[in-house]
Amino acid sequence: MAIDEVKIGGLGASRRRVEDNRFIRGKGNYVDDVVLPGMLHMEILRSPLAHARIKSIDTSAAYAIPGVRMVMTGEMMAARNLAWMPTLSYDTQAVLATDKVRFQGQEVCAVIADDPYIARDGVEAIVVDYEPLAPIVNPEQALAPDAPLIRDDKVNQTNNVVFDWEVGDREGTDRVFAEADMVSELELHYPRSHPSPIEACGSIADYDRATSKLTVYMTSQAPHIVRAAVSMVAEIPEHMIRIISPDLGGGFGNKVPVYPGYVISILASILLERPVKWIEDKTGNLISTGFGRDVYLKGKLALRKDGKILGVRMDTVSDHGAFFADAQPSKFKIGLIHSAFACYDIPTAYLTNRGVYTNKSPGGVAYRCSFRVTEAMFFQERMVQAAADDLGMDQAEFRRINLVKDDDFPKRTPFGFLTDSGQYEKCLQVGLDAIGYDDFQNQKAEAAKRGRLLGLGISTMTEPLGAGNSREYDILGIKMFDSAELRVHMTGKAILRTGAKSQGQGHETTWAQIVAHELGIPAEDIVVEEGDTDTAPFGMGTYASRSTPVAGAAVSMVSRKIRAKARKIAAHLLEVSDEDIEWELGRFYVRGAPDRGVSIQECAMAAYSNVPDGMEPGLENNAYYDPPNLTWPFACYIATVEIDPLTGVWDVIRVVAVDDCGVRINPMIVEGQIMGGLTEAYAMANMQFITFDEDGNCVGSNYMDYLLPTAWETPGFELHEVVTPCPHHPIGAKGIGECATVGGPAAFVNAVMDALKDIGVRNIDMPLLPDRVYEAIQTGSDVSGHPPVKNR
Amino acid sequence: MYPSRFRYEAPTSIEEAIALLSSLEDAKVLAGGQSLIPMMKLRFANPANLVDINNIPDLGYHRADSDGSFRIGALCRHADLEKSKILGEHQPLLAAAAPLVADPIVRTRGTFVGSVCHADPQGDWASCMVALGGSIVAQGPSGKRTIPVKDFVSGPFTTVLAHNEIAVEAVIPPAQGTRTGGYLKLERRVGDFATAAAAVSLDMSDGVVKDAGIGLTGVGAQTINASEAAEALIGSRLEDDVVERAAELAAAATSPRGDHRGSADYKRHIISTFVSRIIANVQRAEMQVA
Repeated sequence: MAIDEVKIGGLGASRRRVEDNRFIRGKGNYVDDVVLPGMLHMEILRSPLAHARIKSIDTSAAYAIPGVRMVMTGEMMAARNLAWMPTLSYDTQAVLATDKVRFQGQEVCAVIADDPYIARDGVEAIVVDYEPLAPIVNPEQALAPDAPLIRDDKVNQTNNVVFDWEVGDREGTDRVFAEADMVSELELHYPRSHPSPIEACGSIADYDRATSKLTVYMTSQAPHIVRAAVSMVAEIPEHMIRIISPDLGGGFGNKVPVYPGYVISILASILLERPVKWIEDKTGNLISTGFGRDVYLKGKLALRKDGKILGVRMDTVSDHGAFFADAQPSKFKIGLIHSAFACYDIPTAYLTNRGVYTNKSPGGVAYRCSFRVTEAMFFQERMVQAAADDLGMDQAEFRRINLVKDDDFPKRTPFGFLTDSGQYEKCLQVGLDAIGYDDFQNQKAEAAKRGRLLGLGISTMTEPLGAGNSREYDILGIKMFDSAELRVHMTGKAILRTGAKSQGQGHETTWAQIVAHELGIPAEDIVVEEGDTDTAPFGMGTYASRSTPVAGAAVSMVSRKIRAKARKIAAHLLEVSDEDIEWELGRFYVRGAPDRGVSIQECAMAAYSNVPDGMEPGLENNAYYDPPNLTWPFACYIATVEIDPLTGVWDVIRVVAVDDCGVRINPMIVEGQIMGGLTEAYAMANMQFITFDEDGNCVGSNYMDYLLPTAWETPGFELHEVVTPCPHHPIGAKGIGECATVGGPAAFVNAVMDALKDIGVRNIDMPLLPDRVYEAIQTGSDVSGHPPVKNR
Repeated sequence: MYPSRFRYEAPTSIEEAIALLSSLEDAKVLAGGQSLIPMMKLRFANPANLVDINNIPDLGYHRADSDGSFRIGALCRHADLEKSKILGEHQPLLAAAAPLVADPIVRTRGTFVGSVCHADPQGDWASCMVALGGSIVAQGPSGKRTIPVKDFVSGPFTTVLAHNEIAVEAVIPPAQGTRTGGYLKLERRVGDFATAAAAVSLDMSDGVVKDAGIGLTGVGAQTINASEAAEALIGSRLEDDVVERAAELAAAATSPRGDHRGSADYKRHIISTFVSRIIANVQRAEMQVA
């Protein structure tokens, strides 16, 4: 008589996404869809130069345009102590420039007008007199002895170094390297990219003088963090601020930080006492908001002749742009980059990182990276392939020798994390079997007859997802837990609210499935709501693949609290004691008399109509979940490619993905996440990057220059799964949102390098554009892709 | 999109459109709009007046005339050519290029003639027109004139059209023998501007090249007419050394700039590779027919 869990949309049901019903009908509610009475429109004037002193700003012509209500300048912000704001990494960032502009696209003025056309006319009418300064577009320039000081606004800043950071055992690692049979070295650059959600950023600030309440509709993945930040920056009490993050058209980490546009719109609304809408255009989004990557590596592996990795040394330099505005846990300067090599059994490791300022946009931790785990795993898997090649060893065998074994968990990683579970060798084997590893050399020889080069690339990795635990993870001191609140109505329908914020992940669908699993209430009977700080419980938001590991766990826990109360009600209704009540999905019954039972819905009705004496009526609760550890999914991605040596063009032949993300709540959504991630991984390897020319102009400020793959280029993906339930998550789930973006790029790059290894090429920097591949084939040597882009 | 203020006119006849262009200051013709609209969105172009010709009837044609010439009307969309039942038979080069123009969305709206008038050195159709020795028919207050494409484009993004003239038609001359050819384009992604592309047209008779034309995309300040390379092919039977020489001459005719798509040398190399490949593909097809 038990309910079929898949039928009610519980765990394992590939339930259609409920949110899609409104999206495909054009009935979504994005920030730009919100129209408030009396609303004004704001447009930002951005710097055309990467580095320049502002000599003067003349706004008179803009004020002369009918319909222009106000032109905001840095001076006006400064008068209210708002010209600068704190970043999420304890630096400061200019809201509107007062002294200098420090990157192309920096916010200089804002025009508030009756409509968005007039606001743009106003922006065009502003005259700014700049004195150009030498722009710095890479760390080498930034660290040159005579480099101009970018952050001359900071009192004790004498050079362009943001920080120096290290982790691991330096001496122990040095010792291992001194004794190694062989050392494999690799230098490379993970280029800058941009998350580029389809919806750019925007806000509508609505300050009500009568109630002193500030309501802000905003594109935020973490509305509660924003409420706290706005409260601190604007000195408005937290209970007088309501942040509403409505439907979001993608985020990918781009919508975690607090941007100048939000702050300016808030001040404008306070000054004008009218709602002020700011909707960023695509170029503004691409050139000024949170980017991803831009890290340089010098890596070394200490190797024993038999293929055992003895130690890792990674020296990295990260380019943060003009302001250190990375959104990441406070304790870590360069995110979780030291999660590198977590899937390998390696005794010792040491990593250094130097962060530098350049004349580029700020905000380095974005783009589906789980706090720079993308860089970690790319570096790792490129180093692993180079080491296998240096040893003359089969790349699959080399991985097999070094992967952590199934019964070694929990396992301390080389840099000190604790991985929780996995079946790494099995995943690798599933991948190798699927791609037909043993037959590949035959295909390669066959292709050579046609003048084509074939390569096969592997990427295996585990990554830390689900920050955090509160001991180690906080943002601005706020611990990284998350929350859920569940109200079951008297008819057994329910509303669930969490502190997370979906941007396309499908929370409205999957959270309901977790409740269905825990309570037996059909998923369709549960509505999920997120993003309004006046109604949702406090949470840290959605990024770094943390929603299922943290908020998802809270959904489980709150459901169990509800079940515990319902059990008492059931005992009351069935007139037996609590201890005599058994649970099966959706129903309590009397032990030994399974026919005598009450459904969860009957319990819900009783909670409002017939509670036992002394019991509080109602059926609602909340849960705050502080995870004991991160979750550690594993993935094996394998790609095969064919290169046309006369053009350098490479085509993907096949992609096999084996993901172990523990228990899958909604397999269809998980597969969608993996396919989306693999698409981005392919993009990263093949075409997608933001670069700069010598003058600091951003090359990639629009979709003609910043290439996102379309359905035409994107290869097909073959998905496989292995399931190792997470031992510490209530339903055994692990994060999955970022796995393929993190682990995927190395599979494609390794495949191209595999094809070229016989001609002596060890590295081409991403993206592997045809001209770079052709140059490598012609010269038989590595090709670097550092900015500035050269006019060769 | 938030362009600058502009006035919009939608005439229903060519004569009316020409009269509007004559009387309005700073007017631009709007056909497919796939270049003009994005430029207006970015406010790189701020025309005071738009004259939309989309409501003018009978300009969407493409057809082969009895004299062997091929005509494409001002409102013929890229997608019309891509899906055409007659294009491949008469104009194999255009048929090869049609699916490579921009992306499917742009092809639905954008027009062949508009693309040639835009005179972007990275435009695909202009290279095809150069290779085929085509012309543009311009109509103004005093009637029509026919301008060979090599004279039509006067520089990057500029043509010899007068402010009150409309390009109403593209004309491609008849073949001398059997027309064949092809178009190859290197792009980083569908919809990207060409890193480099080559259009080769060959009129063949009994295995001998009677006429040839080569137009090159994205490798100079304007579309390149590689006439020396084409002449090297005329009279030949496409012997290996002749093809090799033509490919070298084509590469030598370019003046590319190195940029983030590739170095100047790389682009030259792509041109010679593509010219050779197009001709090899033509020969392979001929062999299959024979």
